[in-house]
Amino acid sequence: MTQLPESTDRKMGLVIDLDTCVGCHACVISCKGWNTENYGAPLSDQDAYGGNPSGTFLNRVHSYEVQPAQGHAQLIHFPKSCLHCEDAPCVTVCPTGASYKRVEDGIVFVNESDCIGCGLCAWSCPYGAREMDMAEGVMKKCTLCVDRIYNENLPEVDRVPSCVRTCPAGARHFGDLGDPDSDVSKLVAERGGMDLMPEMGTKPVNKYLPPRPKDQIDDQIDILAPLLAPVAEDPKGFLAWLDKTLEKL
Amino acid sequence: MHPAPSVIIFTTLSGLGFGLLFFLGLGLPNVSGWIALVFFVIAFALAIGGLLASTFHLGHPERAWKAFSQWKTSWLSREGWCAVTALLVMALYAFGVVFLDQRWRLIGWCGALASVLTVFTTSMIYTQLKTIPRWNMKLTPALFISFSLAGGALLAGQTAIAQPLLLIAALVQILYWHLGDKAFAKSKTNMGTATGLGADHTIRAFEPPHTGTNYLLREFVHVVGRKHAEKLRVISFVLAFALPIVLLVVPFHHAFALLAVLSHMGGVALSRWLFFAQAEHVVGLYYGKR
Repeated sequence: MTQLPESTDRKMGLVIDLDTCVGCHACVISCKGWNTENYGAPLSDQDAYGGNPSGTFLNRVHSYEVQPAQGHAQLIHFPKSCLHCEDAPCVTVCPTGASYKRVEDGIVFVNESDCIGCGLCAWSCPYGAREMDMAEGVMKKCTLCVDRIYNENLPEVDRVPSCVRTCPAGARHFGDLGDPDSDVSKLVAERGGMDLMPEMGTKPVNKYLPPRPKDQIDDQIDILAPLLAPVAEDPKGFLAWLDKTLEKL
Repeated sequence: MHPAPSVIIFTTLSGLGFGLLFFLGLGLPNVSGWIALVFFVIAFALAIGGLLASTFHLGHPERAWKAFSQWKTSWLSREGWCAVTALLVMALYAFGVVFLDQRWRLIGWCGALASVLTVFTTSMIYTQLKTIPRWNMKLTPALFISFSLAGGALLAGQTAIAQPLLLIAALVQILYWHLGDKAFAKSKTNMGTATGLGADHTIRAFEPPHTGTNYLLREFVHVVGRKHAEKLRVISFVLAFALPIVLLVVPFHHAFALLAVLSHMGGVALSRWLFFAQAEHVVGLYYGKR
């Protein structure tokens, strides 16, 4: 049913560190690789080798340039996937009950055999987390790799979402954000984890850790700098002659 | 938003069809037999034709019946229920009027009410979306219902009622455009809140996540069509309201009445195209566009 549960036993989700992400897009590729051949319909591509390629992805990495009031501009890589909102508008708008939020772990799913492909859930999502698969005609979204995280056929180290397992920078973390003592909850508390578009009232489970402030390099490079002998301030020889000649021109 | 022909045809035709059914349910015009049959056939053709068009954009139309299940939360599901109820009740009423020369008043009124409720539930599908500030306004249901009733009165040949209703719909349209143009700024959603990376003006999209296009950009970021929006607004307004009102004021002629109906339909379709093409989804902010 598309009625949201009052509360969920756990709130499984991701914590994404915008300070650490290097923008390599490895999570995008590993997500597509895992999810195109496991749970649900494959993530199709259209005109993959032609002039206008396009395809279904559950995770995408944007990049932004931020100019703080003081200091240098920063480049911030910004991975974005389903935030598994507590008050998920994509679930309540669904006319068929294909969209649902699980009580036991809070994951938002699409039951693909009930999906009519009307697209209204994607319209209601502020984050662009849902994409219609053009080959299958059903809505695709992140499942937090539900076929990995509880899969006892995999070594324990692999029982995390594919994007988390792949990230070479350790910028993605997976855990129960409903448990204040979990590693991810502590990380969020410590680093001031934030919600995206809080004004939409979606109460996202996934949190983003803001970039840390960068060190400022002032005029003085080193406290010993004034004690060092100045490097040739007045040119001598040929350069002196050139300087004078050019001045005269 | 991408102005898909299926949704424009759907909202335009079914809006008019249910508007006409509303007046027929109230016994306006008071006709029976063959003339009544013609009116009912037009109303059902518009309403059902529109509903069928709306299934064209579905990925799996064969599963559309499942959409009746989630009426507790989903406006799309509620719309399905209202539409089917209105059509069945009005079919019963039409049977009485056309074949038995009987006017079952209560059934007619119930059908009229269900017809307006259908238009209301259609409008709520759009109104409920916080992600599209231009639609997320109380005026959106007023826009759909005023259009439907004005068009319905026009189709029902109720000149005296159509004139004030067209005038009301025209005013709602102007107000809707006026408020809609300010809606995105008023929503307070910008690149700053979307990314959480500080004030809006300090953030610039540096590089998109993909070099080509994707579903999100095709569906939600429709920029090209807005180029001539102002001119199209004027054309739509003249066709939907100004010309029909003039044609209703001049001495009655069947050709004028037909022209008024066709002009109104064209104007409403154009207004609906603008309704979609000018609507901006907040997801565009992540791409540095709207």
